[in-house]
Amino acid sequence: MSINLPVYMDNHATTPVDPRVLDAMLPYFREKFGNSASRNHAFGWTAEEAVENARGQVARLINATPKEIIVTSGATESDNLAIKGVAEMYREKGNHIITQVTEHKAVLDTCKRLEKYGYEVTYLPVQKDGRVNLDELRSAITPKTILISIMYANNEIGVIQPIAEIGKIAKEKGVLFHVDGVQAAGKIPVDVQKDNIDLLAISAHKMYGPKGVGALYVRRRNPRVQLAAVIDGGGHERGMRSGTLNVPGIVGMGAAAEICQNEMPAESARMRALRDRLKDGLFARLDELYINGSMEHRLPNNLNISFAFVEGESLLMGINDIAVSSGSACTSATLEPSYVLKALGVGEDLAHTSIRFGLGRFNTEEDVDYVTDRVSEVVIRLRELSPLYEMAKEGVDLSKLTWKVD
Amino acid sequence: MAYSDKVIDHYNHPRNVGSMPKDDQNVGTGLVGAPECGDVMKLQMRINPETQVIEEAKFKTFGCGSAIASSSLATEWVKGKTVEEALAIKNTDIVRELSLPPVKIHCSVLAEDAIKAAIGDWKQKHGVETTVEKSSSSHS
Repeated sequence: MSINLPVYMDNHATTPVDPRVLDAMLPYFREKFGNSASRNHAFGWTAEEAVENARGQVARLINATPKEIIVTSGATESDNLAIKGVAEMYREKGNHIITQVTEHKAVLDTCKRLEKYGYEVTYLPVQKDGRVNLDELRSAITPKTILISIMYANNEIGVIQPIAEIGKIAKEKGVLFHVDGVQAAGKIPVDVQKDNIDLLAISAHKMYGPKGVGALYVRRRNPRVQLAAVIDGGGHERGMRSGTLNVPGIVGMGAAAEICQNEMPAESARMRALRDRLKDGLFARLDELYINGSMEHRLPNNLNISFAFVEGESLLMGINDIAVSSGSACTSATLEPSYVLKALGVGEDLAHTSIRFGLGRFNTEEDVDYVTDRVSEVVIRLRELSPLYEMAKEGVDLSKLTWKVD
Repeated sequence: MAYSDKVIDHYNHPRNVGSMPKDDQNVGTGLVGAPECGDVMKLQMRINPETQVIEEAKFKTFGCGSAIASSSLATEWVKGKTVEEALAIKNTDIVRELSLPPVKIHCSVLAEDAIKAAIGDWKQKHGVETTVEKSSSSHS
């Protein structure tokens, strides 16, 4: 089998739409174009039926009920709605929110905004393996705490948090629990009942569905979670999210969720095998590689490695027929290396050398072998060029050197 | 991010990669930058003490494509120049030659610093009292 270049291995950023998902969507762009809120004719009924069917498909993926699924424009909106919605609705009860430093910006920046409005936010550190410490979480809870927001799996390092344990603590303390489930839903089993999750954000385009559509699970029983809306208007989605529904997108999200659910056992095993093949291949050829984050508690499709002494952007430049991403400052507008890696205690020197590989449904063994070859070849070439690699090989302890920084 | 053709060319075919013995009396070594900042350049020059001509230049760089290109270009430019001429190379010359975007200007600054540091090291070995001049624009 030949491989298609460029190789796409950045599936934490987005995933391609599965052709089966696209097929399910197309009629809703064409003849079934109705507004699901139109109650007076068949066009509306058809659209509404499709939306309700999709709601069921999404609900089943996370063991929820269809009425608990609020459709949004994506997970960023879902995170905003969950956090701001709870903050406003439960203001009388308290003003304290607990989250952690490695959350996605959709959570962190939402929390930062709330701080401006008088809310207090605890940003828990993470351990070296990227997981939150449950004792620290427990002791951060105060009588004023209204919400805990912890992601299921991290978008950079794929590290899975102890969600069931956190859910238990939240329930015991009577605090609502929001989970950014973007990277986990559709990849690993997510069960809002078993894990005591009250709110869960998901995104269609991370599970082979279309961009511009996501969902927020909002628990209706035990407890019934209430949210203040962020977007007001026609009262769609039980008043929690107004705006005409993106029917084709929602149909796509539903189809994507169903495929993920049906294929998860086989697909996650295949992802794990490909990921391990990539890891083993790289370790067989290169020295001085460091895996960032827990290998044990990790999404099956994620690998995040620091290629010591090789700056990430220069590595990406050498593998320009492979789409991966880097934690290097040079690839971001901020010139700051990854805050997630920093939170793990990874030194900035190693953070600059990190690459995130995100495997996906359409990757093959041939892709993995190609990526292994290309990355190894470029790392070897760039290390020949690296004064740091040369010094390390001469036995110089780089951490003991003082660098003149202007 | 799009790279200029010249940056890509230096990245793919870096000139004068390598190292010279640091202890050689006629070799000046400049090591600038810091791993935490994502850029470290080592620039070395073999300088004829009689003529003050830079006869050989070598570099190794840890950094992005623009940093590699800036230091590779610096070795090309200093070769055959006198110490005096080499010290006149400005980071803005490198920016212009490589069409570096504003976010990559620090790479050119580092290359200028490396030239000055290497020459400073050589001068020190030869007992020439100099203060190594700072580069013309600040390294943010």
